[in-house]
Amino acid sequence: MSILLSKDTTFIVQGITGREAVNLTRECLDYGSKIVGGVTPGRKGREVHGVPVFDTVAQAVEHHGGPIDGSVVTVPPAFTKDAVLEAIENGIELIVVVTERIPRGDVAQMVELANMRGARIIGPNCLGLIVPEVCKMGGIGGPAKDAAKAYAPGPVGVMSRSGGMTTEISSSLTQAGLGVSTAVSIGGDAIIGSTYAELMPYFEADEQTQAIVIYTEPGGRMEAQLAEWVKDNDSRLPIVAFMAGKFMDDEEMKGMSFGHAGTIVEGEEDTATEKIARLEAAGIRVVERIDEIPDAVKEKLGAAV
Amino acid sequence: MSETLNKVFIDVEVDASVAGDAELAKKLEEVCPVDIFAATDSGVEIVEGNLDECVLCNLCVDAAPAGTVRVIKLYEQPR
Amino acid sequence: MRFFEYEARKVVELAGIPVTKYGFCTSSDQARQVAEEIGGPVVIKSQVLTGGRMKAGGVKFADTPEEAAAHAEEILKLEINGHMPRGVLVDPKAEVKQEYYAGVVWDGTAKRPLMLFSDMGGIDIEEVAETHPDHVGRGHVSNLLPVSDFEAKQVVAATGVTGSQLNRATPILARLARLFRENDMTLAEINPLAELEDGSFVALDAHMEMENEAVGRQKKLLRKQLQIAEDDTRETYEPSDFERHVAAIDAADHRGVIQGKDHGFSGNLGLVIGAGGGSLTLTDAVRSQGGKPANYSEIGGNPSVAKACGLAKEVLEKDGVEKIAVMMSIVSNTRVDIVARGVIKACLELGKDPGETIAIFRIPGAWEDEGFKILERYGVEYCDRSVSMWEAAGRAVAKIQGAPA
Repeated sequence: MSILLSKDTTFIVQGITGREAVNLTRECLDYGSKIVGGVTPGRKGREVHGVPVFDTVAQAVEHHGGPIDGSVVTVPPAFTKDAVLEAIENGIELIVVVTERIPRGDVAQMVELANMRGARIIGPNCLGLIVPEVCKMGGIGGPAKDAAKAYAPGPVGVMSRSGGMTTEISSSLTQAGLGVSTAVSIGGDAIIGSTYAELMPYFEADEQTQAIVIYTEPGGRMEAQLAEWVKDNDSRLPIVAFMAGKFMDDEEMKGMSFGHAGTIVEGEEDTATEKIARLEAAGIRVVERIDEIPDAVKEKLGAAV
Repeated sequence: MSETLNKVFIDVEVDASVAGDAELAKKLEEVCPVDIFAATDSGVEIVEGNLDECVLCNLCVDAAPAGTVRVIKLYEQPR
Repeated sequence: MRFFEYEARKVVELAGIPVTKYGFCTSSDQARQVAEEIGGPVVIKSQVLTGGRMKAGGVKFADTPEEAAAHAEEILKLEINGHMPRGVLVDPKAEVKQEYYAGVVWDGTAKRPLMLFSDMGGIDIEEVAETHPDHVGRGHVSNLLPVSDFEAKQVVAATGVTGSQLNRATPILARLARLFRENDMTLAEINPLAELEDGSFVALDAHMEMENEAVGRQKKLLRKQLQIAEDDTRETYEPSDFERHVAAIDAADHRGVIQGKDHGFSGNLGLVIGAGGGSLTLTDAVRSQGGKPANYSEIGGNPSVAKACGLAKEVLEKDGVEKIAVMMSIVSNTRVDIVARGVIKACLELGKDPGETIAIFRIPGAWEDEGFKILERYGVEYCDRSVSMWEAAGRAVAKIQGAPA
């Protein structure tokens, strides 16, 4: 069945008239996603690829005639918090924040309000999520044809801190005949709406998902949190992890920033080596090479039978 | 030593029959997303420095009378 | 963005937290003047963005204004860990009864700011937390609701502090939490927070770091109140020529994004790679298979031929680079044919043969068929998505090491 999205999921695009939004709107529509409106303040009455544009989320909801399930937010960083708060306060429960470089104080405020209202934020600084052949929410996988090539339906849930690597890993699973139940680009920032551990309960409850693959990098405590969750919840889902950025453990590299904002290494806790040890202690298989992922998954799936 | 090379991958040809058309020149200048065409008093001018930025969108081909503007992929030409 | 101690003191002062009668001086005369005004023994502290000041002789005590001037003169010329001081801080030497620690940091798991307090100040808080956990109080604050004093009071009380000390420490910690939120700090520390002989509390040292993403909206604090120039970014290291050139090429053209880093890299295989996670993965893959990268890089978004060419040229022109590997994770936004044109052009403009110079080209995705046509024409070895990033990196390493491909 997959998580968070279904064939009936409706969503809007906030910031729809922007360059990136115009592209991803086309891509999602081509993929079969139900985009029921767009919001760009001041542009009410326009259309983007046939999708009506409104000034406010409330107008979009009214036009739809009922609650809207989600929103993809591409609004510039100075205005993102406002847009997300607007979505939450108008009953939207799944919000994908694509925008990067948002101050984390703003992100923390969005997340706190979402928690209060029972909404879920994916991102920021992410490419969204996709359920193969069902729904695409965000730029993940690119144009519909390309996304179809990389994402075949299957039993593996994918979570990744890097948008590009979500597709690379999913593509390798597809090529290996495995396929993906839902792939989530969770975002690269220091504070994000949904960590691996926070998404696990969804995958746990999804019949279609039989295994999990995560892509991760140094920085932060998300892996420790996942390891704890797995232990505390006696999860049925075998997990395979791949970690990039091990070269950052080198002395010369300490204190430099590579890749995403959340990857700035702070303290011994966060090095790649320590994280890998922690994951393995929780029974999570950490592969050395990215091309080992499909076989590792097959092994785990075989063992589960 | 380093030199700047232009017209390595893409060339654009505009038929003499339409090259002097000022209106066409303006249209071409407008539609090209990478500024390959410049509209001058004498008509269309090709900005050689931008040729290799061509994104193969074909908007120039569509904007001109059939066959008068050609986008040539130099990498497909026989050696 | 990091702050000098004298700036952090000002931040703390603006938030209503008691500070000493310190003076920031850039000359020995100024130091003498401040010492005179203070009218007692003083401490002269080098203002540098690095630790180890004490050990390096960057912190000295003076009993008279003359001594203060002399020490200031010395310290202003003293290089510490490769840093020259911006100036010196002249502080009254305090009669300290007890030292505390007050700090606020981000808790990424709880997604809230975390207040920390300890009655064992002056030393490393992480050490205290490990060896004397009951002497460290912790408490989160909401991101949405205003910080109320009682939240700080609870954190201080958890360490056993009571009496007038509790009542003095509470508003200080609360104000620290408020300034942390209002000024978009990622770290706000007062260590030590000193209780003086007369019972008053004062911040003897302050350490602040602001999130880079927020610098643009903290103009009032940065430009007006602290008078920090816009180009004064306080990076942790000096960018190399390579890094600066790549940044300049990136800034001059809005099409796509490129970045290059070479600190700690000194190999013969140049990397033109992307994007974010892909770059990390590929750099690991090259090193794990015995390759010696000359650099790290990121190319992403929708770059122009010129930008891709610019990055490749900078990499190729680095000392010791023999070949480049051009590799990315599957792309949807970046065009394979455009990057192919860019990297091939870089070779041609430098008078190099693309087939010889590009060890491998591995970018699957948008416009790949067109890209492959170009690569074939120039004799560049390439592979599609059926070849993993690991394997592509391995082929590049094998090629440059001379093994049969």
